[in-house]
Amino acid sequence: MSNTNQADLLPALHRLQEKFGYIPDHAIADLAKAHNMAQAEVVGVIGFYHDFRRTPPGRQRLRICRAESCQAMGADALAMHASTQLGVEFGATTADGEVTLEAAYCLGNCACSPAVMLDDDLHGRVSVERLDAILAEGRGV
Amino acid sequence: MTQRIFVPRDASAVSVGAERVCRTIENEARNRGLEVEIVRNGSRGLYWLEPLIEVEIDGQRIAYGPVAPEDVPGLFEAGWLRGGAHALFHGPSEEIPYLKRQTRLTFARMGVTDPLSLEDYRAHGGLKGLERALDMKAEDIVDAVDTGGLRGRGGAGFPTGIKWRTVMNADGGQKYIVCNADEGDSGTFSDRMLMEGDPFCLIEGMIIAGLAVGADTGYIYLRSEYPDAWDVLEDAIVTATREGILGANVLGSGRRFELNLFKGAGAYVCGEETSLLESIEGKRGLVRAKPPLPALEGLFGRPTVVNNVITLASVPWILAHGGEAYKAHGSGRSRGTLPFQLAGNLKRPGLVEVAFGMTLRELLYDFGGGSASGRPIRAVQVGGPLGAYLPESRFDLPLDYEAFAAVGATVGHGGIVAFDDSVDMAKMARYAMEFCAIESCGKCTPCRIGSVRGVELLDSMLAARPQRSNDDTLLRDLCQTMLEGSLCAMGGMTPYPVLSALDHYPEDFGLSPKQEEAST
Ligand SMILES: Cc1cc2nc3c(=O)[nH]c(=O)nc-3n(C[C@H](O)[C@H](O)[C@H](O)COP(=O)(O)O)c2cc1C
Ligand code: SF4
Ligand code: FES
Ligand code: FES
Repeated sequence: MSNTNQADLLPALHRLQEKFGYIPDHAIADLAKAHNMAQAEVVGVIGFYHDFRRTPPGRQRLRICRAESCQAMGADALAMHASTQLGVEFGATTADGEVTLEAAYCLGNCACSPAVMLDDDLHGRVSVERLDAILAEGRGV
Repeated sequence: MTQRIFVPRDASAVSVGAERVCRTIENEARNRGLEVEIVRNGSRGLYWLEPLIEVEIDGQRIAYGPVAPEDVPGLFEAGWLRGGAHALFHGPSEEIPYLKRQTRLTFARMGVTDPLSLEDYRAHGGLKGLERALDMKAEDIVDAVDTGGLRGRGGAGFPTGIKWRTVMNADGGQKYIVCNADEGDSGTFSDRMLMEGDPFCLIEGMIIAGLAVGADTGYIYLRSEYPDAWDVLEDAIVTATREGILGANVLGSGRRFELNLFKGAGAYVCGEETSLLESIEGKRGLVRAKPPLPALEGLFGRPTVVNNVITLASVPWILAHGGEAYKAHGSGRSRGTLPFQLAGNLKRPGLVEVAFGMTLRELLYDFGGGSASGRPIRAVQVGGPLGAYLPESRFDLPLDYEAFAAVGATVGHGGIVAFDDSVDMAKMARYAMEFCAIESCGKCTPCRIGSVRGVELLDSMLAARPQRSNDDTLLRDLCQTMLEGSLCAMGGMTPYPVLSALDHYPEDFGLSPKQEEAST
């Protein structure tokens, strides 16, 4: 019979990440104990899911959709612009700790491609100019 | 009675400004001393017109869109509360051809009602299916779904009645209904729309499934990319519980059904049903070998129905109107309707629910209006990232599971993504391999290693391309290995977009143009 205790692990990871922005190392032992798992197993689960991170993110998370519908509407150029503008590669955080740039593979906004998401805010039909405006607004400029 | 104005709360509509438009309308009405009631509805699915604002006049809804905040004062000036003429005026919503020509069964309430008003839901036919089901024997519920010919809308098209019967006949004890709301396929958004725009419909469908198979507990596995759908569902579950629809005594019947929301964590492969179950159990989302089928040994080892959002949301209509009425729509062995999703480079992207059997060309041009860029449509990907690319010569294919399978393509979850002639199909093939490499669960070699090898091969073909010296033997062999040796459709179908791109657009790969029409 499966261990139902372990079934609370993903919700617990989401709660931690919501609180800290990432899963801190010091939480792993507690998680393992609380869910009746080995620490290595917990680390394995965290590593499997793209959402969970083990290092602090930037103050904001900018996700750019790189999937097909958005590609058909110019997402590659938008992605390139974001990377140049922010001065970071995808997956990295700007030097000032403001923005973490990430790729997304469909945000369910394909009828308003290209799409980006700044934290939990979805934006559609995003031109290069709109992206700059969204980022400026996010920085409180 | 105060006049009602409908402003969608749908995430896509909000992504293009519906929230700001809503605030502007409120302010403008206040400044003008006008009393209006703003209703936050779902989206009608006419996304090129979003934010689409509807003004109710004598019970009829008049559409204006796409409305930007700066258009609002002018709309008041033009007398839109009396249906005044304006450049953004589209007349009565229901008469807009894009909407009028659809057959909205599953999406009948979409954009019409306030998603969180149970009163609205009931007034528009909601709960009729559940009420019927509560008076029926379990076998009869399954028979109705079977008669309707409903097949899984998540991708594989497996007959829902057969799946339910297996779970119904499985040993007693704890059983589960799991709704697959991972909607990972690019080019698709019908699950999101339904959850945000008509959440009670999904809840009703899940309860009916529970009654049919003898399950008293359900889970909705929702992708984390959909925070708005999460909020709406959470709210709807609270309301449904308070109103005695969910809980220990479903509509006073003495039957129990509890519903849990579960958040995914950004893994495409967790849309695969066994990976999804592993994920709910708190594990890495490794795909399980089948057998055992989830229907017999699913969640926590118990008999489990795993169905897509649209599959489950189609059930209340079938129960309310009967299997025969549903079956009356469709073509061949593809019965009923499918909410197609038009996306990519199209003038009029949106949600189009029609009976199976319509051609791709009708959807792309009659509904979609051709490309947004005005250039010729060169390629269309149907059925998500694992679906084949289809060239113009295939546009007259009827949308039907069997007709698509016959040419090595898939209808899948009904996503249709159009590309104009600026597309580089070798790059799209590379992307398909890259996506598989990023999202592979890692359990089997053809998928895990094959996809990485595929990216390398395509990179070298892309680099050599100007000299036209490429040979596709290695790439085709690799695709064959993935097709034959993968445990699930992630590795097993990634070759579809790659091979179809090779077959139909060899010139993009630096191969000599094909001599004859390829076989797939
Ligand atoms: C890699 C992969 C991803 C999948 N993603 C989804 C998904 O996001 N949503 C979905 O409903 N089905 C998805 N499926 C299909 C499911 O495995 C399963 O067939 C479906 O949930 C069954 O429900 P249905 O019969 O109602 O379609 C995916 C399959 C694979 C192989
Ligand atoms: S084909 Fe890929 S995703 Fe599917 S089980 Fe194998 S490694 Fe996992
Ligand atoms: S493909 Fe970008 S939002 Fe769907
Ligand atoms: S299952 Fe092991 S190689 Fe595919």
